[in-house]
Amino acid sequence: MKPKDLPEKELRPVVNESGIAIKPLYTAEDVAASGGADMIGLPGQYPFTRGIHSLMYRRQPFTMRQYTGFGNPADTNKRFHYLIANGQTGLNVAFDLPTQCGMDSDDPQAEGEIGRVGMAVDTLRDFETAFAGVDLEKITVSLTINGAAAILIAMYLAMAEKRGYDLAKLRGTAQNDILKEFVGRGTWVYPVAPSIRLVGDTIEYCAKHAPKYSPVSVCGYHIRESGADPAQEMAYAFCIAKAYADEVIRRGLPVDEFAGRLSFNFNCFGSIFEQVAKFRAGRSLWAKIMKEQYGATQPGSMWLRMIAGGGGGGLTFEQPEINIVRGAYYALICALAGTQTMALCCYDEAYTIPSEYAQRISLRTMQLLIEEMGLGDTVDPMGGSYYIETLTSQMRERMERIMADVDSQGGIVKLVAEGAIQAKVSAQAYQRQRAIEEGSFRKVGVNCYRTEDKTPEMEFHPYKDEDARAQVEALRRIRAERDAGAVQVALARVKADAKSGANLMPAIMQAVKAYASVGEITNMLVGEFGRFREPVRF
Amino acid sequence: MSTQKRIKVVLAKPGLDGHDQGAKVVARALMDAGMEVLYTGLRQTPEAIARISQEEDADVIALSSMAGSHLPICRKLKPLLEQAGLADKLWVIGGNLPAQDHAELRALGFKGIFPSSSRLEDIVNYIQANAP
Repeated sequence: MKPKDLPEKELRPVVNESGIAIKPLYTAEDVAASGGADMIGLPGQYPFTRGIHSLMYRRQPFTMRQYTGFGNPADTNKRFHYLIANGQTGLNVAFDLPTQCGMDSDDPQAEGEIGRVGMAVDTLRDFETAFAGVDLEKITVSLTINGAAAILIAMYLAMAEKRGYDLAKLRGTAQNDILKEFVGRGTWVYPVAPSIRLVGDTIEYCAKHAPKYSPVSVCGYHIRESGADPAQEMAYAFCIAKAYADEVIRRGLPVDEFAGRLSFNFNCFGSIFEQVAKFRAGRSLWAKIMKEQYGATQPGSMWLRMIAGGGGGGLTFEQPEINIVRGAYYALICALAGTQTMALCCYDEAYTIPSEYAQRISLRTMQLLIEEMGLGDTVDPMGGSYYIETLTSQMRERMERIMADVDSQGGIVKLVAEGAIQAKVSAQAYQRQRAIEEGSFRKVGVNCYRTEDKTPEMEFHPYKDEDARAQVEALRRIRAERDAGAVQVALARVKADAKSGANLMPAIMQAVKAYASVGEITNMLVGEFGRFREPVRF
Repeated sequence: MSTQKRIKVVLAKPGLDGHDQGAKVVARALMDAGMEVLYTGLRQTPEAIARISQEEDADVIALSSMAGSHLPICRKLKPLLEQAGLADKLWVIGGNLPAQDHAELRALGFKGIFPSSSRLEDIVNYIQANAP
């Protein structure tokens, strides 16, 4: 059946962000022609296009996990309890930049940055304070940490162990995706090769000692924020995830012993349909990769478990209140796409660290979907749509092509180390910005429907120098009180293991338990590994 | 004009902030407008920014700051740029810069202030009109 009376030639052409031409109408013929009909299947069954679980939200709604953290650990602990009291079911911790870059609060480069964009962490004591009163069995914690991930994972495990939790049962996630930090976000410390080794160390260690913990969350998210299109976002993330898997397999760990704990983090701004198709396509492509290329046999190893949400790149500085509406659509996309966990950027985020009020609006946005809008009632409600199924196949094909291109150019590790991916996505970001300024890429409130009305008053997050000083003093106190001999022994072991090539996690665990600081441990590793030198390419 | 010297810009990311999408977009816009741009990459200390700007004989010193530490950075950078003999160069800053901080930034010598949502065209025009 062909649509009649449609003067297609007179219609404006539509091409989605991933470069796929969009027709005004889709029918069963398009689904058949897309060649992906046999990839649809059923939820909970290979290739998992429709969802990794058979009952999805009908059994358990997505976890709601707003990104939070600022100031001293005690301040962050208060906000954690506020969010939990408001019904949040997970925590997603933001760390300040010195912590993320592996520096202590008394490092000269930390001045002015302590506790500013996240919580300051120097030693295990800070983790003990931040998570006081949080039930780590009921609330799963995600640590947004990369360059310093091995140290902070060790702190989390040590803190949980001290409080009597069984590591064999402990759940939680660390972002720990260093390759994407080289592309966007920028909290790298060491050169590329030792950075990948450290990721491998955490995966290997957790597989043996904390098998329910997810040591890595591979992020397409920030690559998208840096300028990638939606198909590239997912394709590059898969290339990166494969690089980590290869690192661990090279050490002799069988794929089914770790792949089930790999998780992912994706963005969601853009066309509703392109985004939903992206997630469905990605789910089946990842399953196919794990099964066919890696020989995974456990379904869990093939699951694309993910946090989806955020959408910061789609939000605007102009008319910030309409970001609340954008956030609601982003949440809808993620729920329609079958994410395991969701977080939303807040409407005030282009201005400041979100206020409690803004955080609550984001949390309520997600709760509305489940409680009022029926998003938790049926699995994969978009499944079977001619448009969505056709687009899902087309997006999958596009992702496969991008991945093949990366491989043919020498692989993702080489392309990231040389700055080639960075240059590519940054050129695209420039084109996008030009298109926005020319008006060909529409942004409401920015290049159309502008208003001269005054921007509503924003509640700016305060930065207090006295809190930064208190953090530095607390670190000095711990340095004076701790067993200096034990710290020296542990740090020497970190250095020795860095040199010998042993898995670094046991040494790092020993060091954090002795209250060695983030900066002290990092400096030991820098002594052996050196620092990353950023390739600047245009 | 062919006799006119090409404007040379040192574009720096000060502090620990890793958000460089905006800085790289602005760098491309300035290059497309015919300027010579030296982008420093991330995590530059005020000392390094002053040194690079001096060594490169920059006409324009441009900063991009997204993570809120612009005031402490600019307070440290001002005397260093002055000591390096760069007081007569054009100092500009862009990024996440709340309106209430603009007066202090201006007082610190950052004459061009381009907060989030600034247009590339406006940044280019401003630098072309004001570079020494």
